[in-house]
Amino acid sequence: MACGVGLLGLGLGLYARHATALPPAAIRPPGALPETEFSAACIRCGMCVRDCPYDILHLAKPEEPMSTGTPYFVARQAPCEMCEDIPCIKVCPTGALDHSLTDINKSRMGLAVLIDQETCLNFLGLRCDICYRVCPVIDKAITLEPMSNARTGKHALFIPVVHSSDCTGCGKCEKACPTEIAAIKVLPMYMAKGQLSAHYRLGWVEKEKAGGSLVAPDAEHQYNLPEGMRYEHGGKGLTAEPAAPDAAAPVFPKALQGGRL
Amino acid sequence: MSAVPQRPGAEAIAEKGWLKAHQWLILRRFSQIGILLLFLVGPWFKLWIVKGNLNYSYTLDFLPLADPYLLLQMLVAGQSPERLALIGVAIVLLFYLLVGGRTYCSWVCPVNLVTDLANWLRMRLGLKGGAHLSRSTRYWILGMTLVAAAVSGTIVWEMVNPVSMLHRGLFFGLGMAWAVILAVFLFDLFVMRHGWCGHLCPVGAFYSLIGKLSFTRVKLPQREACNDCMDCFAVCPEQQVIRPALKGIGGTPPVIMEENCTNCGRCIDVCSKDVFAFGSRFGISGK
Repeated sequence: MACGVGLLGLGLGLYARHATALPPAAIRPPGALPETEFSAACIRCGMCVRDCPYDILHLAKPEEPMSTGTPYFVARQAPCEMCEDIPCIKVCPTGALDHSLTDINKSRMGLAVLIDQETCLNFLGLRCDICYRVCPVIDKAITLEPMSNARTGKHALFIPVVHSSDCTGCGKCEKACPTEIAAIKVLPMYMAKGQLSAHYRLGWVEKEKAGGSLVAPDAEHQYNLPEGMRYEHGGKGLTAEPAAPDAAAPVFPKALQGGRL
Repeated sequence: MSAVPQRPGAEAIAEKGWLKAHQWLILRRFSQIGILLLFLVGPWFKLWIVKGNLNYSYTLDFLPLADPYLLLQMLVAGQSPERLALIGVAIVLLFYLLVGGRTYCSWVCPVNLVTDLANWLRMRLGLKGGAHLSRSTRYWILGMTLVAAAVSGTIVWEMVNPVSMLHRGLFFGLGMAWAVILAVFLFDLFVMRHGWCGHLCPVGAFYSLIGKLSFTRVKLPQREACNDCMDCFAVCPEQQVIRPALKGIGGTPPVIMEENCTNCGRCIDVCSKDVFAFGSRFGISGK
């Protein structure tokens, strides 16, 4: 009998393993712990479902491919409305929805991804901009980046770019996307986000952190310029030297000063 | 006694009248269905007396109740509850320590309605025999669910638990949970008498552990009056609990101290000799 129960336990464990993989369209409520911890902390009481003023949350049914009885929403059907007082978290009797999250803009339910550039209207050259407009964190979570339209050669494309630093994963963009199937979708963080290898360093970040170049001090660049001209890198570029107050004194380009040629 | 086999309780009905011979059964159904209705008027009529389900509920924005077995699984899986859930667990533990551990099973749990129906049909259809399994299997399953929670780091049992699946399903959408409940029903009807509640369910096993210490007990103030009609055995879902106290085996006092007794009170109903009565675990004369 103990053996039978043990086997049952093993079967249950294996079933649990496949059942705790969250399907990509199912987004957890704000403040949800990472999936493994969440499935341990959530006691499947449905209080979050009850206290959601917009009734967007469902509890997973046994046939749905995730932990039975755990809450989720589907952004395309009804996105999170980003209540400022976050009632779903307040009512959660365990730490499954993290009670330390008090600013809904800091929630990370998932990450919006402009997943299909071929059907995104802005990519096609239209000024749809709907995802950008409906975003509760407008101009931070999604920005519109102008690019030239290579097809027409004379128009601009305004490309919606999602920034993980500010996207809450509420799903309003996915809900509002006017194409038949949304071109922008909220995905669970683990699917949406890449990660650099641990040894990667961003030179410009490191430089800023160190307050200067880490490799060798930047040598001051010397330019060999025609007389009366100056060059400012990354600034005005090539400009005429302002007329010297004393015309008698010849003005040398910087490169020629100090006896070096 | 007549030679014709009669339904258990017939004698009690003749002696005490139908109502008195079904007193505790009726009260129990009121309790079970009443609790379900309290939860149902929320989703049905938007009248939120109770929110949540048996895992955790919040009544009238005032009273938290939480299932201690579930929170134990959560603890061994490495997570911790918030304040209200802890208060809820304390209230539930105290309550069942007072009224009897497995009172949960017979007075609250919705699966009992299903398995009682299966057992009633089994009796009416005269189905006998079936598989045999030790009644302690439930404790092994209870242990297994805790080990599985600790090893997997998730509340594994909740994925298949018919108890919470049914209760949650009734208020949040049943889905395929009906199939699980049907399986329990058919198992109890055809495979094993009192199979689920009496042999397998770890929720009941957990409440049995509380029942070891609980206050309210079925007592046998008139066990000398027993005429061995066997009606109490016929109706009892945990038959093994009656004999020691009824027959005073090994000097057992006239009180059912067995933790598996569900305090359903059906033995009190069907006894024409008023052998049984509810009472406390204390104040036993000892004979």
